[in-house]
Amino acid sequence: MSTVTTAPPELNAGRDAGLRARSAARAAITIAAALMIYEAVARLEIFTPSLMPTLPKIGATLVRTLLDGSMILHAAGTLGRVLLGMALAAAIGLPVGILMGRYKAVENFFVPLVSAFMPIPSLAWVPVFILWFGLGNTVAILIVLYAAFFPMVLNVWSGVRAVNPLWLRAADAMGANERALFLKVIMPGASPFIIAGLRQAFLRAWIAVIGAEFLAASDWGLGWVIFDSKEFLNADVMIASLTVIGAIGFVFERVVFGSLEKYTVQRWGMVQAAKV
Amino acid sequence: MSETIADAGALATANGTRVQEPRWRVIARTAFPFAVVLGLWEITARLQIFPPRLFPSLLDVGATFIRLTEAGILPRHAAETAARLIAGFLLAALLGVVIGMLMGRWRRAEDVFLPLVSILAPIPGIAWAPLFLLWFGAGNRPAICLVIFVSAFPIILNTWSGVKAVKEIWLRAAQAMGADDRRLFLKVIVPGALPYILTGLRLGLAQAWRTLVGVEMVVAVPWGLGWMIFGAYQFLNTDVMLSGVAVIAMLGLALEKLVFQRLEQFTVQRWGMMT
Repeated sequence: MSTVTTAPPELNAGRDAGLRARSAARAAITIAAALMIYEAVARLEIFTPSLMPTLPKIGATLVRTLLDGSMILHAAGTLGRVLLGMALAAAIGLPVGILMGRYKAVENFFVPLVSAFMPIPSLAWVPVFILWFGLGNTVAILIVLYAAFFPMVLNVWSGVRAVNPLWLRAADAMGANERALFLKVIMPGASPFIIAGLRQAFLRAWIAVIGAEFLAASDWGLGWVIFDSKEFLNADVMIASLTVIGAIGFVFERVVFGSLEKYTVQRWGMVQAAKV
Repeated sequence: MSETIADAGALATANGTRVQEPRWRVIARTAFPFAVVLGLWEITARLQIFPPRLFPSLLDVGATFIRLTEAGILPRHAAETAARLIAGFLLAALLGVVIGMLMGRWRRAEDVFLPLVSILAPIPGIAWAPLFLLWFGAGNRPAICLVIFVSAFPIILNTWSGVKAVKEIWLRAAQAMGADDRRLFLKVIVPGALPYILTGLRLGLAQAWRTLVGVEMVVAVPWGLGWMIFGAYQFLNTDVMLSGVAVIAMLGLALEKLVFQRLEQFTVQRWGMMT
């Protein structure tokens, strides 16, 4: 299942260390070479320098915006929107998904709707939402909600259905009431799927929020900075913001969801079921 | 990738575990939720809680939809969006499979490409749109470049893992039986990696679709559904926008049913795997 995040099993351990050192060296060389090529193209001024700034200039812009706090405020604005939208998506998606997994009638009602609305890219709604809710935070948060809701619901639903019926019957036989059944069996059982859902929801939300900020411009947000810099041809600000966007996305994917998984799913020994 | 869990769930119902149910009941059951949602919409629109210009009744949207379709405007927008999607995706598929294969087979290629891919992949593609607009000018070029850029990553990463997942022992067995490089590649590596490659293509296409609609709003393309919605927004033509969203939903659903689920069923049936 895990086609992307984990590296395939390497060769035997003895050769591994040497190979890894060489790979690291080569990786460093590649990145250095890529940066140098960029720098050379920028210096040759094939494009106007304002469109393709040199690396020192981008670095200086990044440091300047980080130090004067504006970049941090933009990042905080974007992150706040994402987290709020994700929290709403989880608050709605979790109960809906659980009910879908437990009751056939709920499933019959929601499955057609979810399969019809999920393939609509969330960004298609941005102009519609702007008309309805005006420019600003509401649109961005709702777009995040839209983007994050469907992966949440589908994963929670599959997770609840994937709980081994044997466990349910065993817990039942040992006298578990509905509450205990839910908290001790269904939730832990479905947790790998729920975490996979959160992860996938974040990936989509992170894309959606940038797109939403482009158009529903408020005054803070990484997407807004990029879009706004386009008007003034500030490519250095754009690339600096891109770096920050990439860094935050990377941190969330690896650190936040990685540790979330470690402390819940792996601790409960559910990792074979998840294998995300 | 985690995406698969959700899709697997969707597939289970699409196949229908309740085949014995009469056909009309299935149709009625599927239609019911839409009837409820559309009914609620119509009631809200009729009560004019929101100005009708912003929240038109479904009849207005339907009329606009038919008018725009008859005038050939909607089909043209849809065709251009589809053309961009297909052109970008095919190039990305070619590029991604070749790079992924090279990465899987040669450690040197892996060392060169992997760092670049892992640095660039976490940045949402749409974030590049304004920059691409500056670099490539307005119009088709930045849009297609971005589609390529966005969908190449899942294809590269999955092809790479697929080639790596081909068991060493299969390769050695084939070699022992006297397979030359060409045969080894065509008869062992490609079939072994194919399920992963197909997954990568599916993810890449989905990614491209989601990004393209947004990109069309940002880079000024002359035709395209995203652009149409964005243009209509400036004139407060909500009915036109909703017609556009409806076409996007249809295209998305068609992609989902005709491409993604087919591919998934094919891989599951052929190789018995849920990737």
